[in-house]
Amino acid sequence: MKLAYWMYAGPAHIGTLRIASSFKKVHAIMHAPLGDDYFNVMRSMLERDRDFTPVTASVVDRHVLARGSQEKVVENITRKDREESPDLVILTPTCTSSILQEDLQNFVSRASIETEADVLLADVNHYRVNELQAGDRTLEQIVTFYMEKAKSNNQVLTQKTKTPSVNIIGAVSLGFHNQHDIAELKRLFQDLDIQINQIIPENASVQDLKKLPSAWFNFIPYRETGLMTARYLEKEFNMPYVDITPMGIVQTAACIRSIQQLVNALGAAVDYEKYIDEQTRFISQSAWFSRSIDCQNLTGKKAIVFGDATHAAAITRILHQEMGIHVAWCGTYCKYDEEWFKDQVQEFCDEVIVSDDHGLIGDLIAKTEPAAIFGTQMERHIGKRLNIPCGVISSPVHIQNFPLSYRPFLGYEGTNQIADLVYNSFTLGMEDHLLEIFGGHDTTEALSIGISAVDSINWSEEAQKELNKIPGFVRGKVKRNTEKFARDCSKNLITLEVMYEAKEKVSS
Amino acid sequence: MSTAQSDALTFECETGNYHTFCPISCVSWLYQKIEDSFFLVIGTKTCGYFLQNAMGVMIFAEPRYAMAELEEGDISAKLNDYGELRRLCLQIKKDRNPSVIFWIGTCTTEIIKMDLEGIAPKLEAEIRVPIVVARANGLDYAFTQGEDTVLAAMAQRCPLNLKNQSDNTSLKTSPHIPLVLFGSLPDPVVTQLTMELKKQGIFVSGWLPSKRYTELPVIKEGYYVAGVNPFLSRTATTLMRRRKTKLIGAPFPIGPDGTRAWIEKICSVMNVKPIGLEDREKAIWASLEDYISLIRGKSVFFMGDNLLEVSLARFLTRCGMTVYEIGIPYMDKRYQAAELALLKATCDKMNVMMPTIVEKPDNYNQVDRIRDLKPDLVITGMAHANPLEARGINTKWSVEFTFAQIHGFTNARDILELVTRPLRRNLSLSELGWDVYSKQS
Ligand code: SF4
Repeated sequence: MKLAYWMYAGPAHIGTLRIASSFKKVHAIMHAPLGDDYFNVMRSMLERDRDFTPVTASVVDRHVLARGSQEKVVENITRKDREESPDLVILTPTCTSSILQEDLQNFVSRASIETEADVLLADVNHYRVNELQAGDRTLEQIVTFYMEKAKSNNQVLTQKTKTPSVNIIGAVSLGFHNQHDIAELKRLFQDLDIQINQIIPENASVQDLKKLPSAWFNFIPYRETGLMTARYLEKEFNMPYVDITPMGIVQTAACIRSIQQLVNALGAAVDYEKYIDEQTRFISQSAWFSRSIDCQNLTGKKAIVFGDATHAAAITRILHQEMGIHVAWCGTYCKYDEEWFKDQVQEFCDEVIVSDDHGLIGDLIAKTEPAAIFGTQMERHIGKRLNIPCGVISSPVHIQNFPLSYRPFLGYEGTNQIADLVYNSFTLGMEDHLLEIFGGHDTTEALSIGISAVDSINWSEEAQKELNKIPGFVRGKVKRNTEKFARDCSKNLITLEVMYEAKEKVSS
Repeated sequence: MSTAQSDALTFECETGNYHTFCPISCVSWLYQKIEDSFFLVIGTKTCGYFLQNAMGVMIFAEPRYAMAELEEGDISAKLNDYGELRRLCLQIKKDRNPSVIFWIGTCTTEIIKMDLEGIAPKLEAEIRVPIVVARANGLDYAFTQGEDTVLAAMAQRCPLNLKNQSDNTSLKTSPHIPLVLFGSLPDPVVTQLTMELKKQGIFVSGWLPSKRYTELPVIKEGYYVAGVNPFLSRTATTLMRRRKTKLIGAPFPIGPDGTRAWIEKICSVMNVKPIGLEDREKAIWASLEDYISLIRGKSVFFMGDNLLEVSLARFLTRCGMTVYEIGIPYMDKRYQAAELALLKATCDKMNVMMPTIVEKPDNYNQVDRIRDLKPDLVITGMAHANPLEARGINTKWSVEFTFAQIHGFTNARDILELVTRPLRRNLSLSELGWDVYSKQS
């Protein structure tokens, strides 16, 4: 047993449902107790979905425990088939089915005799994989199923398109800024004169999957979803793939160059260098922004980064390479992808953290006292308590991370968005200096003593007044440093003298 | 259809394919209510994910709740349950020092038959913190019934005698057999209802639950008990059977009509003649007229997910609405008998047809019926609210009724504030001319 208050990645069935409900005309039936269809609430709330989420439960109750769920599951599948005539029904196991150990595969086979729809059992184990891994696996499973089916009917479209073309794999419902990213990718490929063959799974039809092999290559924007599918397609149909996430100026260029190399190897003759140069210097604002005076003030500022593997790695690189920010540590909760992650970020930060324990992350942040945090909603709340600003760069997210306006993280427009996010997260560059020089205008009490602070120490009236003159956003830090200093030399009253002494000795 | 009249309530039962919250959600309001408690939900990532998302921002406020997340070793019984729970509870004791730890059993602990009731007393003796076990799982219960399982377990922990005679004078001065009310309500509402009864000369000698676990009320044989919420049937049964109390079966104090009927029933049992109640009810109704004029003559459909449906439907009928359907997860006809009778009387009085009560509804079929009936308002869970709105149907999110203050005379306005909000909002929007926002029909 594990004492847990919060988790970064959800249970496996959420991953399967995100994939299933992204496709058109695919219905998921959860084998679950009443109350586990909370996914529908999230879809309807967070994505503000206009349509009913194509997920229903085949409810496991006392009756089912006593008699088995065979009849019920089969009946629920055939009923959905009649009501909605989906192309595919995915039976989705949950933690409950994992321990009931009923032969769900057998129910699927039985049901599929009677249904028009195809029926699949999602091959995910609650106790072995999390939401992200399950999503990756389910997408691979669906693609494999339809490719095999097409193969046996001789319907696979292997004939490549005349001009270079791509499949974008990994556009998923409830993904972090996913829809905006996909729009941006479409624009990018249009600029590169690469035709988009298919985008899966969001809004795709399983009937069209057989056309996947006619693309020249596959593109995987996020590591978390799509890699397994890309590897399958590479193995079976000899399709190459690009998995460099085009997030940030440098990585976007790297991604485009890798695409260039790939399509040229397949017989095209393209040169994207001019495009990259033009976009970088004149279309995207972020490269110029990094060069501008304002961004100088960010130089050497301390930040920490935490999130899923894709976003945490990309943002770390951007902060370090493109903005000259000091990344004290960067981390991910994607423990299963540790090796790749370390390899990506090692040279851009002092330390790499791989953990899904939010308590540990909170303590580390308190200890590091960065000037800004880039993390998930959890880190945003840690930041709030410590009075440290936070930009949200990765799932898990709240409703405010599903903005209506155009906010991609990928491609050239994405670089602008990220630059704004980073800049706004640090207390506005010049203002910060001015406040320090003129003693600040914020005289409200420091709100928080932070997670790591323990016992309190007294402040003399004078020292307290002096402390209040320090701008709000650094006040907490000064206070903690001074108190730590006082504690270290066993002083229990902080006078002006102690304060200045501390400033000299501990100044960071 | 508003003039037709049938003479009896009709009950139907569908497939039970409906959306509701898992009963472990009761943790989110009970930990706030019982200030010295700690709730440990013994379940899986699925349970944790639900709580984390359903509680929203509350989760960041260091709630006094945690998951004991079961891992593969726990399932295959490689690990020893007692040892594992002991380790976690000692940790909780050290970090939070609660006066009580609630263990919330889940589907998984049911299926693997983890003997929580057996382990708790032993561990309790060892670590010296009371441990109360409630099985609030999705196999057996829906949403608010979670509170019912917790209160039923707590009822058994209520003291039989006061430890300190001087702390409770109301018991001694009570002119009638002591009355204990059950149901978790926000403190202001507790005060309001207690005051309403006091005006009639009736003393509430305690509430289950109290603000602190250490202040649980004395419950002795022969005491009277009354419920304030319609989903507390197990608690009622426990209080009657185990504690030998007498249950006052009354409609629930929701809406001015319900509140008056509730007080009157209690008064009649206590042999007190109520004073000024009729005028009080009238005055409240008069003060609600601005809201009522917005819904009078309109129709409403309850999809059903929290068991407050019958009381709310009865109140809205009295406000002049026509109720097409009352979906409800579970209907205890005995515990809700007085409420059902009041519903029927209200329908007769308002001359509207009696609604069908659909137990264990089927959401898919319900959406079909909603398409046919085109009600002016659908009260439903969040899973269906946006899709219905996109189809031009006004909805109110049902969960709000469980978190808002809706009990007593004072809060009748809040119920109508909730019910009329979509109508008020959509009235202004509909002038813009875009009612349907979905391309699907
Ligand atoms: S329905 Fe069961 S498994 Fe699901 S959250 Fe509730 S207790 Fe946990």
